[in-house]
Amino acid sequence: MAARLTALWEWFDSRMPTLASEWRKHASEYYAPKNFNFWYYFGSLALLVLVIQIVSGIFLTMHYKPDANLAFGSVEYIMRDVSGGWILRYIHSTGASAFFIVVYLHMFRGLLYGSYQRPRELVWIFGVLIYLTLMGEAFFGYLLPWGQMSYWGAQVIVNLFGTIPLIGPDLALWIRGDYVVGDATLNRFFALHVIAFPLVLLGLVVVHLLALHDVGSNNPDGVDIKKQKDPKTGHPLDGIPFHPYYTVKDLVGAIVFLALFCSVMFFTPEVGGYFLEYNNFIPADSLKTPSHIAPVWYFTPYYTILRAVPPLFDSQFPGVLAMGIATLILFFLPWLDRSPVKSIRYRGTLYRSALGIFVVAFLVLGYLGTEPTTVWGQFAVREDSWIGKYLLDTKEVATWVGRFCTVIYFAFFFAMPWYTARDQCRPVPQRVAE
Amino acid sequence: MRRLLALWFFAPALALAAGEGYRLDPSPHDPYDLVSLQAGARTFVNYCLNCHGAQYMRYNRLTQIGLTEAQIRDNLMFSGDKVGETMRVALNAKDGKDWFGVPPPDLSVIARSRGADWLYTYLRTFYRDPKTVHGWNNAVFPNAAMPHALWTLQGVRALETVSHTDKSGHVGVAYKWSQLAPGSQNPVQYDATVRDLVNFLVYVGEPAAQSRKRIGTIVLFVLGLLFILAYALKKAYWKDVH
Repeated sequence: MAARLTALWEWFDSRMPTLASEWRKHASEYYAPKNFNFWYYFGSLALLVLVIQIVSGIFLTMHYKPDANLAFGSVEYIMRDVSGGWILRYIHSTGASAFFIVVYLHMFRGLLYGSYQRPRELVWIFGVLIYLTLMGEAFFGYLLPWGQMSYWGAQVIVNLFGTIPLIGPDLALWIRGDYVVGDATLNRFFALHVIAFPLVLLGLVVVHLLALHDVGSNNPDGVDIKKQKDPKTGHPLDGIPFHPYYTVKDLVGAIVFLALFCSVMFFTPEVGGYFLEYNNFIPADSLKTPSHIAPVWYFTPYYTILRAVPPLFDSQFPGVLAMGIATLILFFLPWLDRSPVKSIRYRGTLYRSALGIFVVAFLVLGYLGTEPTTVWGQFAVREDSWIGKYLLDTKEVATWVGRFCTVIYFAFFFAMPWYTARDQCRPVPQRVAE
Repeated sequence: MRRLLALWFFAPALALAAGEGYRLDPSPHDPYDLVSLQAGARTFVNYCLNCHGAQYMRYNRLTQIGLTEAQIRDNLMFSGDKVGETMRVALNAKDGKDWFGVPPPDLSVIARSRGADWLYTYLRTFYRDPKTVHGWNNAVFPNAAMPHALWTLQGVRALETVSHTDKSGHVGVAYKWSQLAPGSQNPVQYDATVRDLVNFLVYVGEPAAQSRKRIGTIVLFVLGLLFILAYALKKAYWKDVH
C-alpha cells in the first residue's frame, strides 16, 4: 500500500514538481520565528474564518432568494424548513462578526510588534486592502436579509456617497440602481457579495501571504531572525519550519477558537443584538424609518467619527471625509512610524501610552456608535450663557466624547512621526528572548 | 397621506426614545413547558390568527411541542388548510390597512424583534381610551393600531398617569390601573394566559432554539476532546524547540 502511494506521488511529482516545491517554500521549509505568542494565532484564524464563510455562504445561496419580495421570507425559510439551515445561517452571521474580531486583533498585533515596518510595508498594505474589501463584503452582505436594519443601514451608507460634492448624488444613484434602496440594489449587492468581493478577497489573501513569505515573519521581539543563521544548515537559528511546528500549534488555536465560535452560535447567536440586530427581524419597509439606525458593531467606530464631525454648509461631507481618512490613514502607517525598533517590548513610554490611549479611544468610539447620541444625556449649560451660545453647537455629552476620541484617533496617526522619533527605546537583542 | 402615516408610526417610537417608556415586566415564560406552549398555541389560533398570520410557521411543526397531527388538525386549524401549510391569515393586507391604518404585522418573528418582555407587558397593559379610533390604548405602545384583542379575558381597564416631582427635581410618572369591567379571567389567570401566549410566540420566533442548544452541547464536548488530542500533539512536536 505504502509503496503504491509512493509510486503515485512520484508519478505526480515528476509531472508537476511545483506542488512539492511550493509546499516546501511555504510550509515545510518556511522558517518562522520560534517565539510566536498568543497574538500570532489570528492570522491563521482569519484564514479559517474566510473558509468558514465561503463554505457556509455557498450553501446559503442554494436557498436564498435575492428578490425584494422574497428575500426576508427566504431567510426564514432557511431558518425553519431547510434541514440544518439554521446552522448554516448562524455559522454565517456569527462568522461575519468573528471575521472582524479576528482581523481587528490581527491588526492590533501589527501595532504591538511593528509588523508593518521595513521590509514588511507591502504585507501591511495588502492587509489594509483586505480589511477595506472585508468592510465592503460585510456591507453588501448585511443588506441581503432585507430586514429594517439591512435596509436603512444601506440607505444611510449609500447616502454617504451622495454627500460628495458635484458627483455625489449621481454616484449614489449609480450604486443603488434606483432612487431608493430597492430590488435593483438588493440584486447587485447579492452579486457583489457572493462573487466579486470574495474573488478580490481571495486574491488579496494570496498576495498578502506571498509578500509575507518573501520577507519572512516578524516576531514579538522584532528581531530579524535571518541575521543569525546556522553556518552548517543555513537556516535561521531562531527559526523553526512552519510545518509541522506551527501547523500543530495553530490547530490547537483553531480548536479553542471554534469552541468560542460555537458557544456563540449555538447558545447566543444574537449576542444581545450586536451580531444580529433585533430590528432586522422586521421586514424592510421604505415608509417606516426606525427611530435609531445603528450599523453592526464592527463599523461603529467609524460611524461615531462620522457623527462627531459637525456639518458644514448643511453638508455632511466633512464627516464622510473624516471617516474616509480614518480608514485610509492606515495605508501610511509604515511611513508614519519613525521608531528604530519594531516591538513594543523595546519601545519607550511615548509609544506605549499612545497605543494604550488609542485602544481606549477606539473602543469608546465603537461603543458610542451603537447608541443614540443622547445616551449620556446633556451638559447642564444654560442656553443664554456664552458657552451655550457660542461654544456648544450641541449639548449632547456623547457627541463631545465622540469628538474627543476622534481627535485622539487622528492624533495617534498624525503625531506618530513626532512621538516615535523622540521615544526612549531600549536596545534590541541579537537573538529572540528565551 | 404619507406624512400622516409616518407620524402614526413615529409617535410611539419617539415617546420611547424620550426615555419615558413604561417599565417592562420580565416575562416568566418557560420554553421547556410543553403544556404552556400548547395553551399558548390555542390562545394564538383563537385570538391572534384572525388578523395576524405566522406565515413562516408550518402547522405540522407543532408536533415539536408535543401535539399529534390529528390534534393539530382538530383543535388548531379552522380553515380547510393542509397540516403541512403555514399559518397564513385570510385577512388581506389592504383590508387590514383600511381598518387599522396599518396591515397587522406577521407574527412569525415578532418575539425576536420585540423581545419577550415587551410582548408580555404590552399584552397586559391595554386600557380604555375614548380619544382613539377604536377606544383602546396601550401603556407600552401608545396609540397602538391594535385594539385589545384579549379584552373578553382581561376585562376593561382604565389607566391614570400621575406625574410627580421628587426632592431632587426628577420628574417621574406613576401609573394607576383600575378595573372598569371584569373579564372571564381573574388577573392571575390572565397573566398566565399571556405568559403562555408569549411562550408560544418565542417558540414560533425560532422553532430550532431547543435543538440548537442540544446540538451545541454535543459540539462543544467533541471540540473539548479534539482539544486534548491537538494539545498533546503540539506538546509532542514542540519537545525539541528551546
